[in-house]
Amino acid sequence: MTAVKTDERIQRVSLFTKALRRPELGALIGALVIFIVFALVDTTGQFAQLQGAAGWTKFAAPIGIVSIFVALLMIAGEFDLSSGVMVGSAGLLMGNLISEMGMGVWPALITTLVFAAFVGLANGYLVIKTGLPSFIVTLATFFVLKGVNLAVTKLLTGTVRVDGVDTGEGFDSARDWFATKIDIAGASFQVSVLWWIGFTIFATWLLTRTTFGNWIFASGGDPNAARNAGVPVARTKITLFVLTSVAAALVGAMTLLELRGMQAGQGIGQEFYYIIAAAVGGTLLNGGAGSAIGASIGAVIMGFAAIGIPYALWDQDWVSTFLGVILFLAVLVNTWLSKQAKGARK
Amino acid sequence: MSAKKAVDPILELKGVGKSFGNVVALRDVDIAVYPGQVTCVLGDNGAGKSTLIKILSGVHKQSEGEFLISGQKTEFNSPRDAMAKGIATVFQDLATVPLMSVWRNFFLGNEPKKWWKPLGILDTKFAKETAKTELMNMGIDLRDTNQAIGTLSGGERQAVAIARAVYFGANVLILDEPTSALGVRQSGIVLKYILAARERGVAVIFITHNPHHAFLVGDHFYLLNRGRMTASFVREKVQLDELIQAMAGGAELDTLTHEISIIRQD
Repeated sequence: MTAVKTDERIQRVSLFTKALRRPELGALIGALVIFIVFALVDTTGQFAQLQGAAGWTKFAAPIGIVSIFVALLMIAGEFDLSSGVMVGSAGLLMGNLISEMGMGVWPALITTLVFAAFVGLANGYLVIKTGLPSFIVTLATFFVLKGVNLAVTKLLTGTVRVDGVDTGEGFDSARDWFATKIDIAGASFQVSVLWWIGFTIFATWLLTRTTFGNWIFASGGDPNAARNAGVPVARTKITLFVLTSVAAALVGAMTLLELRGMQAGQGIGQEFYYIIAAAVGGTLLNGGAGSAIGASIGAVIMGFAAIGIPYALWDQDWVSTFLGVILFLAVLVNTWLSKQAKGARK
Repeated sequence: MSAKKAVDPILELKGVGKSFGNVVALRDVDIAVYPGQVTCVLGDNGAGKSTLIKILSGVHKQSEGEFLISGQKTEFNSPRDAMAKGIATVFQDLATVPLMSVWRNFFLGNEPKKWWKPLGILDTKFAKETAKTELMNMGIDLRDTNQAIGTLSGGERQAVAIARAVYFGANVLILDEPTSALGVRQSGIVLKYILAARERGVAVIFITHNPHHAFLVGDHFYLLNRGRMTASFVREKVQLDELIQAMAGGAELDTLTHEISIIRQD
């Protein structure tokens, strides 16, 4: 035992530095600024009210649910570009099982989630076994599923849409769980918001308070060092591919139940929203750092834009432009913040 | 021979050799490693140091000779077997994940769990406190184990890896060129931790090509040259000059010194 000495090199860690170390800080400040801006340009007087909140959470929840898991996967150093199309595949599969095959809604839901788990497993297994970048492997899955969605839907229904889901057995009880509305002081919120909050808490706990979370950071930060330390890197990554795929399928089921049907093109392009939400929330694109709360805040920012822009009577088309600018600025600020937090070694 | 030798060696190689096809990488190596002592293996590039490490850490199996642990003949099939026997290897720069905090790195792969173990809930309080006290015991005083390990200096990072191996019950600690990429001060830090591990009764195998560093901490010195053991010394009976001479191949260095002195005079 050596005596504990204080060292002149050791400075106190200020609360400010501690805050800077949080990966979601940049997103949080950004969200506040964007909220204030949209509240100021709002012409309806509702943006900063509960009605406004019901509006932006309706947009943000389905994005948030998937982007949380996309963020975990990105922290582990991998991408899933098939997460968007999976929303469509899951909804269409579930819809066809109900309306074409006459399956009950609950069994159809379970079947769909199992199917999604297998797609995730295939993604993960191929990435690990072939050693190809997950960007390529999941891009391939994306296109395979995109084609299947259209072709199979046309084959079964003769149109590019699945309908008649509400005739399925158990539709009402499933809707109560996944697609109902909750009234709070006159504003009606989607139940998906509760799922979103629940998943955010779960994923944050998983990431920061469990062994598995430690492995996620290590797998993305330095897979070699992680393997040397005995971390099952392959298993960690494959599990995350499965979780991402299942989360996307759950959102697909929610969408199907809410709309009572689904277009074959549903979900395509959403994968970029998920990646943007994760990146805006402080997740590093090359892995090793990030947060689940950050991804949720990223989704909140998207909700603000989707509601705030029409409320300001600007053209809806500007939403994408706005998100592009936000993505760039957020990643710029996040990079700067993380440098500050590391104390910029000289 | 010193009084310390009364202890039995914890690890012994007898006539160990290794060949890859028709290339003989290592031939007839005898090494004895004692607990609470630092055994230095010195050699220039290509001397067979890495082959030796790989045999010791279970990556390769020797082609000939015997590998004894506490006097028992042993065969390793994988690095995991070696680890299970308490042989830990710290590779230069391959041991830690830079973006992760010090305590997360300290327990990486061996995370402490609380409540119902299969749930895998991290005991963060225990992990942080243990990492801090264990590092303190090795003389590494960190203000905050929450800081990313990448913010530490190379020497400190190496030290964390050493402290981790010692904490997880390594009896034999193999250090692969721990000072080769470090500056003078940083090397000093690592050498200090090597001695700290020695104080705790660990048998340290210090592999290096730097006779100065070896001389500062070593109890036994083995010299490798072109896959053969060319000399061995014990601390009490060797001078730094002898070590440098032996390592550079004695006569060769004399010739070199002579040649350079001629050039310098011009």
